[in-house]
Amino acid sequence: MDPEGSQTPIEATSAHPIIEPGYTLGTVTDKISSIVLGRGTSKGWIFGFAIAFSLLMLLNFTVGYLLIKGVGIWGINIPVGWGFAIVNFVWWIGIGHAGTLISAILLLLRQQWRTSINRFAEAMTLFAVACAGMFPLLHMGRPWLFFWLMPYPNPMWLWPQFRSPLVWDVFAVSTYATVSLLFWFVGLVPDLATLRDRARNRAAKVVYGILAMGWRGSAVHWSRYETASILLAGLATPLVVSVHTVVSFDFSVAQVAGWHTTIFPPYFVAGAIYSGFAMVMTLSIPIRKFYNLEDFITMRHLGNMAKVMLATGLIVAYGYMMETFMAFYSGNPFDRFLIINRMTGPYAFFYWLLIACNIVIPQIMWLRSVRNNVAILFVISLIVNVGMWLERFVIVVISLHRDFLPSSWGMYYPTRWDWATYVGTIGLFLTLLFLFIRFLPVISIYEMRSLVEETDEEKPKK
Amino acid sequence: MSSDRNPKVPQAMDPATLRAKLAQENGKRFWQSLEELSETKEYREFLENEFPHDPEKDPQGLNRRDVLKLAAASAALAGLSACTKLPTQRIVPYVKAPEEIVAGKPLFYATSMPLAGVASGLLVESHMGRPTKIEGNPEHPGSLGGTDVFAQAATLGLYDPDRSQTVVFQGRISSWGAFLTAMGNEKAAMSADGHGLRILTDTVTSPALAAQIAAILKKLPAAKWHQYEPCGRDNAREGARLAFGKPVNTVYRMDQADVIVSLDADFVSSGPGHVRYAREFSSRRVIEARNANLNRLYVVESMPSSTGAVADHRKPLRAGDIEAFARELAAATGVGGTTGGAAGSKIPADWTGAVAKDLAAHRGSSLVIAGEEQPPAVHALAHAINAALGNLGKTVYYTDPLEANPVNEMESLRDLVNDINAGNVDLLFMLGGNNPVYDAPVDFDFGPALLKVKTRVHSGLYYDETAELCHWHVPAAHFLEAWGDARAFDGTIGVIQPLIQPLYDGHSAYEIIGVLAGDAGKSGHAVVQEYWKSVRPEKDKAFDAYWERSLHDGLMAGTALPAISVVVRGDIAQQVQNTPGEQLQIAFRPDPTVFDGRFANNGWLQELPKPNTKLTWDNAAMLSPATARRLALVDGDYVKLQLAGHETKAGVVIVPGHADNVVTLHLGYGRRRAGSVGTGPGFNANFIRTSNAPWIASGLKIEKTGDKYYFAVTQHQYVIDQEGHQVEKEGVEAARRDLIRIATLEEFRKDPNFAKDPHEEATKGLTLYPGFKSEGYAWGLAIDLNKCVGCNACVVACQAENNIPVVGKEQVMKGRAMHWIRVDTYFRGNIDNPETYYEPVLCMHCENAPCEVVCPVGATVHSPEGLNEMVYNRCVGTRYCSNNCPYKVRRFNFLLYSDYTTPSLFGMRNPNVTVRSRGVMEKCTYCVQRINAAKINSEEQNREVRDGEIVTACQGACPAEAIIFGNINDPNSRVAKWKAQSRNYGLLDDLNTRPRTTYLARVLNPNPEIHG
Repeated sequence: MDPEGSQTPIEATSAHPIIEPGYTLGTVTDKISSIVLGRGTSKGWIFGFAIAFSLLMLLNFTVGYLLIKGVGIWGINIPVGWGFAIVNFVWWIGIGHAGTLISAILLLLRQQWRTSINRFAEAMTLFAVACAGMFPLLHMGRPWLFFWLMPYPNPMWLWPQFRSPLVWDVFAVSTYATVSLLFWFVGLVPDLATLRDRARNRAAKVVYGILAMGWRGSAVHWSRYETASILLAGLATPLVVSVHTVVSFDFSVAQVAGWHTTIFPPYFVAGAIYSGFAMVMTLSIPIRKFYNLEDFITMRHLGNMAKVMLATGLIVAYGYMMETFMAFYSGNPFDRFLIINRMTGPYAFFYWLLIACNIVIPQIMWLRSVRNNVAILFVISLIVNVGMWLERFVIVVISLHRDFLPSSWGMYYPTRWDWATYVGTIGLFLTLLFLFIRFLPVISIYEMRSLVEETDEEKPKK
Repeated sequence: MSSDRNPKVPQAMDPATLRAKLAQENGKRFWQSLEELSETKEYREFLENEFPHDPEKDPQGLNRRDVLKLAAASAALAGLSACTKLPTQRIVPYVKAPEEIVAGKPLFYATSMPLAGVASGLLVESHMGRPTKIEGNPEHPGSLGGTDVFAQAATLGLYDPDRSQTVVFQGRISSWGAFLTAMGNEKAAMSADGHGLRILTDTVTSPALAAQIAAILKKLPAAKWHQYEPCGRDNAREGARLAFGKPVNTVYRMDQADVIVSLDADFVSSGPGHVRYAREFSSRRVIEARNANLNRLYVVESMPSSTGAVADHRKPLRAGDIEAFARELAAATGVGGTTGGAAGSKIPADWTGAVAKDLAAHRGSSLVIAGEEQPPAVHALAHAINAALGNLGKTVYYTDPLEANPVNEMESLRDLVNDINAGNVDLLFMLGGNNPVYDAPVDFDFGPALLKVKTRVHSGLYYDETAELCHWHVPAAHFLEAWGDARAFDGTIGVIQPLIQPLYDGHSAYEIIGVLAGDAGKSGHAVVQEYWKSVRPEKDKAFDAYWERSLHDGLMAGTALPAISVVVRGDIAQQVQNTPGEQLQIAFRPDPTVFDGRFANNGWLQELPKPNTKLTWDNAAMLSPATARRLALVDGDYVKLQLAGHETKAGVVIVPGHADNVVTLHLGYGRRRAGSVGTGPGFNANFIRTSNAPWIASGLKIEKTGDKYYFAVTQHQYVIDQEGHQVEKEGVEAARRDLIRIATLEEFRKDPNFAKDPHEEATKGLTLYPGFKSEGYAWGLAIDLNKCVGCNACVVACQAENNIPVVGKEQVMKGRAMHWIRVDTYFRGNIDNPETYYEPVLCMHCENAPCEVVCPVGATVHSPEGLNEMVYNRCVGTRYCSNNCPYKVRRFNFLLYSDYTTPSLFGMRNPNVTVRSRGVMEKCTYCVQRINAAKINSEEQNREVRDGEIVTACQGACPAEAIIFGNINDPNSRVAKWKAQSRNYGLLDDLNTRPRTTYLARVLNPNPEIHG
């Protein structure tokens, strides 16, 4: 894949290989495709899917109730007009960032270690965006009129109000979802063909056959495939930055103290990548364990992800620091009050928990021994997920609950419906993920094969 | 709930008595248990234990019991509407339209609203025959165009679906005809001199009604007439008797007074004439130049009131100690024979001295006012001080009483109860919305006593606690559907003329009393008109013209009572009573929103944040921070209040500035049978209110129950933590943010521009965009904080004008009250006696509106005239606009708050304002419907809208004339002139929102001799 050969040998840079030695093209294909075709439906999968599906049904129920009663079933009020819905939206969309980053930017940067994780990172992106996309719709007072946010021809000549960041959001998120879906599907085509060829069941052959879109693996196909991948990667790359930048505009364009700051775009993007990698880690650790993929998703991958998290976590920490500094340096009394209220007000516990989760605890990843410990990495990834959720809670709720006129200060207490909607989207996410694991190759077979080939060229087979 | 609760049903009264009682009722009344019948104290306790206030109720939402209750209520309502369903009638459009009615154009009629006997003049807006909105009657001396919250809420009272709708006999639907027959029989059975007949009314100032009753008493000399009003004016009457030897009516001329001392009198928001007094008081707070001649107000009060908030000097003092202070003040102002007394009032002598000196320096232009709830001695002392200062005839004058037959009402009711218990009462008529089973003092045991009367007749707007125990209940006609007359605070006769036919089978007191007087079937109109025809000097055609004019004006010209001369008795000093000891006291007050409980079923008033406490949907045991600390109480503690062997329960609210060692408990709550809105909220103060101490009582004991009670408060000013330390968050932040700008008169004279912030002025030019050139009309509004008395009339007026829904206690607790205008209240200084500042906040209609740029669908846009408009149809409910509004004036329909199902409420709605559905943002529109009506009108006449032609609802209701609206492009408009004043400032102007609503900073006029 790298005709110029400028890359240093992979093994030289790390104690761990990106693929454990001893695999041939055939064994790689066997191992990955067997998850879908060979193993059948395991009890563990049914158990996990049952839980995820129940949560999805909870989501159905809460959304139904929400549509019947209105957003008043949540804890939002005046002054806190946005609550869990927006917190969850930003959280999910942030999680969705890792997929594109891994598949697009790391592809362009020729980072081969991305190969084994990019498929499910992309899938995760799609599912996270699906979850995220629900919230802006559901949080509307009249969600059935969501299409008014899109420009469409109508007899009244009414357009969206293009100065509103919410309209930008619609474009940013829908573009992101489209490109991610395309990218993911294009990447799947050769593997779908492999599954088609290997499937013994007639129905599976037909379904995979249709999805493979006639892929025969000819040189022309491969050549076009390569071009399309690179083009899509090029298209997706700016989206990694743009989506969360636009999401951050929802806040920074407003004049609410705690929202109205120029640091938001870079700090949101860094936070998104941070949480995205944390989520990839959260998912990849159990998957590699349950499906015996330790040879493909090696400690090298986990270590690299830990390093990315360290780096982005520090950017996020810098963001927090600058926010605090600017509040005092600017001399703006409202900003100053906001920071003091964050640190000492009624929600101070959540602020300090956020600092602990996002900044303090992840620093132990500086230690190589921690980066080599799967259990600790798993726990840290969960902590960072919680921390990034808290960050959005702090931004959305704490900024709103005490703003300009003290007479209007209030409190926000999430209701059971807030929680049910949140947990419900986790159910949606997991349900899609379980289906993905069961019916599609979680690791890109053909890319792993090319990886085996490349490593084979440099090392004799065992 | 406590674990030691004993669910055993308490012992009822002895079976023999009960059997006798049931025998009297022919066994037809439905009852559930012996205890219920006898209404004993034990039974009430049992009820309270079994169906407690549910203090632990999850504030986050409905619990099971609520759901059942609501389901039951809606089922009951469905049943009710079925009962009153009219036969199918074909409707035909007007062939000839009724005269005067033009579709879509409202008409205004003058009428009067009686409250506790005193009338205030109103102009009622009527759309196609439906009264929808109430304004003050500028011609009426008690209004001058302003109104209070009760008048503003009266339309909801009229259309209240819970009003009693049919004549009821022994719990079953009956008819007016059946009632007339039954009363005919009763009269036939009655002895010739009327022995055994009793009439119980509220305070009657209506000459026509009094004449009717007098006629009955003349014919039936053994019958008796009793008057009772739970928030009556016995103290004032007795005080006058003490001072002058006879009851008189006191009228103040607030505008003539340079120095005013209030002895626990909340004269700007309660008592006869308060609307007028608020106007007169505020007229002396106008500052247009440096040499403004401001009045100075000293207030010594127990419970922080609106009057206390607008005072230049305020001292908290226990209700029972006001008398001692009055005596000290009397001594210091030279009232003969008075001395300070032994105990003293805890007000520093130098403070009292300075006040007395100030009073003395303004002989003839000073005024001392005693609070309605203060004992007669304080009233007498106030009269004496005013006399000593030469104020009589200048700032205060006296007339004959307003009441047709002034009596001590407590004694009147006591007589009645004694007579009943002695078996002397066979037929009892209760008229005028009397509800003594609920509101009579507890020691009268009125409920059990009432059951001894053979035939009990009740008339009221609701089938209430008293109606339940009566044989006959006749629905009363609302004042908006009946004829009548009543005196204003100065004696002027206000005509009550109906705006609509009675919605239900309602009859006015005139008609019901007519049954006894022998002219049954005579309409209220005939009774009132014939009475006046007989007493007026004008005859025949002259009378007709006079009557016409009176109806048009809403008052009878020249009927104000003339001033009489009075002489203060010399022995006042001997008359005054002793000071109470150091025991914990309780002070009862009429509630600022539901009054004595008669407005308990009015959702607008229930949801109206009470002045200073900002409490909605409840009353509370209110006490000072220091007393709370001493008693180890915190906000929300659910406590038992024990007084003289009686007991009630209440939640605790700590009120900054409240006097120490006294608990204030408002009346009017804890109703057991008020309607779907009023039944339940709050705590019944009447359970511990006795006839000997109806206002101030000593020896209160407070016991914690260990439970918590959750209050719905719309503004949390002081957060008082567990240890009792206060965290003065809001007040301090408000000061830091320069939201309220204040100066003393002296400071203002030195620097008239004190309210201007040079930084704000500087930022105005900093923009990349060319400004919008505002041509034609540019609407703007200004609020003079120096005039605002925080009475809340604007809030209810706005609610009535703009079809604003009521959301209920749970939703208020969640922070979802829908008021488009609110009166922000900030405190400054020491928590034990803070200065209080009011600031009404409505939409600022910013020229750079932050809400507009963030709306994704353009549902909030700017009009060329500067209005920030909401397009409800277009709103999808992202709430982004509210988040970005620094003033937080936007209100969101989180659920379906508007009532789309109750038919009677449809008639109440303003047809010119959209009823908003769920999921839509709303906010103040500057009453755009009124603006457009005026514009259409002016365009028809080919002219510009005149200044003052458009009056917003808040402006129209304001008794203090603190709000002004108009075209700021017209330099001669009043609003432009206000905005040109040096005190004018914009709220949060440094955000460059360029608000069209601005404020005139407050200027205090403290006595330089008093420090701190």
